[in-house]
Amino acid sequence: MKLIPKKWIPLLTTAAVFVFLFSAASMRFEGFASMYVVADLFSENAFLGITAIGMTLVILSGGIDLSVGSVIGFTSILVATLITDHQMSPVFVWSIALALGTVFGALMGALIHVYRLPAFLVTLGGLFLARGMAFYVKPEAVQIDHPVYDRLGDIAIPIGGGAELGIAPLIFLVLFMIALVVAHYTRFGRNVYAIGGDEESAVLMCLPVGRTKVCVYTINGFLSALAGITMTLYMDSGNPINATALELDAIAVVVIGGTLLTGGVGYIAGTMLGLLIYATIYQITFFASLRSSIATIAIGVLLLGFIVLQKMIHRD
Amino acid sequence: MTDHSVPSTTAEAIQPSEASNRISVIRLMGSRLVWPLVSLAVVLVFNAIFIPSFFAVEVRDGAFYGSLIDVLNRGSIGIILAMGMTLVIATGGVDLSVGSVMAISGAVAALILTETQLGMWAVLPCALLVAVLAGAMNGVLVAYLKIQPIIATLILMVSGRGIAKFITGEKIITIGDDSYNYFFDFIGKGHLFGLPFTVTIFLSLFVVTGLFVRMTSLGLFIESVGANETASRASGIADKWIKIAVYIFAAFCAVIAGLIDSSNINAADTMNAGVFTELDAIFAVVVGGTALTGGRFSLTGSLIGAVLLQTLMTTLYTYGVPSDVAPVPKAIVIVAVCLLQSQVFRTHVRRLFGKGAKR
Repeated sequence: MKLIPKKWIPLLTTAAVFVFLFSAASMRFEGFASMYVVADLFSENAFLGITAIGMTLVILSGGIDLSVGSVIGFTSILVATLITDHQMSPVFVWSIALALGTVFGALMGALIHVYRLPAFLVTLGGLFLARGMAFYVKPEAVQIDHPVYDRLGDIAIPIGGGAELGIAPLIFLVLFMIALVVAHYTRFGRNVYAIGGDEESAVLMCLPVGRTKVCVYTINGFLSALAGITMTLYMDSGNPINATALELDAIAVVVIGGTLLTGGVGYIAGTMLGLLIYATIYQITFFASLRSSIATIAIGVLLLGFIVLQKMIHRD
Repeated sequence: MTDHSVPSTTAEAIQPSEASNRISVIRLMGSRLVWPLVSLAVVLVFNAIFIPSFFAVEVRDGAFYGSLIDVLNRGSIGIILAMGMTLVIATGGVDLSVGSVMAISGAVAALILTETQLGMWAVLPCALLVAVLAGAMNGVLVAYLKIQPIIATLILMVSGRGIAKFITGEKIITIGDDSYNYFFDFIGKGHLFGLPFTVTIFLSLFVVTGLFVRMTSLGLFIESVGANETASRASGIADKWIKIAVYIFAAFCAVIAGLIDSSNINAADTMNAGVFTELDAIFAVVVGGTALTGGRFSLTGSLIGAVLLQTLMTTLYTYGVPSDVAPVPKAIVIVAVCLLQSQVFRTHVRRLFGKGAKR
């Protein structure tokens, strides 16, 4: 036990689970170990990955955000409606959507910090509000047909083996790199860890607790809006019911990635591994032509396993 | 405006800071029900003025029909879930899995009715088993592994819907003519004493639960565990068993709600059954004056909270607000209730009014 630092155990377990799942699936199914599948892992879950990065920061700071799925749905329908029905330029629409998401996140953060309201309840209100607003914008799916979307849809970076990464996974990977640096090499990142570890101590250390907490929710709001935009890029449409209950998947990915739900312990890289496990499980059910409900149950069991594991490790 | 009256009330009720107000605070604490009741009355008066048909009740085939009856009928699921949620929240916990447990119970019932000839005699014990298993899992995770309730019940919330879909084979199982069961049909659509049978279900659940927690010391134990777990254990209360029991009770309520829901639509729709109902139940409990931090609880308050929520929703639908957009006012009410319960917010408001007075 002494050889491996205790805090790395969840991360290493996650990595081991991923390697095991992927190699087992590769042996079992012909054609699983290909770059096509790897590209799929990223493409199909790019928006989940983007919002999971934000969720990691929120959970690291000791909070929780249940509103992300609804914000993604709201953004996707808002962007689609403004571009298709109101002929606005995509770049302008994206800035509106990102601004709205950011302000929304900041407002929730302010309510949570200034009025000491439970994050769970405030973001629950956010969940209802954003989902209702999404249906207010437009109650049905809207197709996007715009030259900018066509051009962005043509982007494809070859990653070898004939597989290519589209625009959505590229956005996710770039954000992942930025998040790695921000979380582990900046003052802000250290503050987030400190607050999640022990908020009172953080106050006593004169860290800007309020600013950091509000910032974390603001960033998460921004990332949710960005995930919604990425979703429109991937699907070429917007739908008010998009990403329903995605917040649960995002939390599951973060926890499977080894981040402690009480805050203060975890890694952005772990979230990447959690996302890969999540995506691999869905790929396996697809390859084995199993029902997707099996995948949901498997993720629930993994979630249980990791939460219990965390409890064992941090018992003292 | 209804929204505001709710919170201000709760807000005042929980304000312990000023000694001079102590007596009035105690009086308010004793009658926490006044505020949810007042807000319910405000909504009803509003409806009486602007939607006269709201209070119209007609008798057909010996049963009552009308908007008011409709509120009670549709609200029954929310009320039943709120009963279970009240006790869970009183122990300082929360149960997010009730919606998924609803879906499982509906799926199990539909499967038994369509695939076997066993009828209700098999449905009820199986539903009970679902409740015990689901509740015990939540309870053990919270009580023995000391996992935060939000997270512990999140596991079942995520996987429970998967389990329900697995049971039904990911399709909607319709309980058609060949699998028609009189008793099952009666649960969601029958009438007793001229009222929908669902009213009898929630009223008896409310009365039995109320009597059980108040006539025995169980209610006191639950409040004690919620107020101070360590002290409760030190004074000999089996805190772990109390917690497991309340989670099983919440799952039991969810199972009943699930049976009502699937009986209502004659099918098990695992995609939509009970989605977001956990949030409605939490909302009803908070509006009813039970604090999320645990401790003192009021079943009557939660009952009124749930009725208030359903009345609000029915009012909005009457005004032609699409059911998909209705979460917006719900969200505003939630945040307003939270704000008015917040100590900091009340201090801010008081300071604001104080300044106004000086000017």
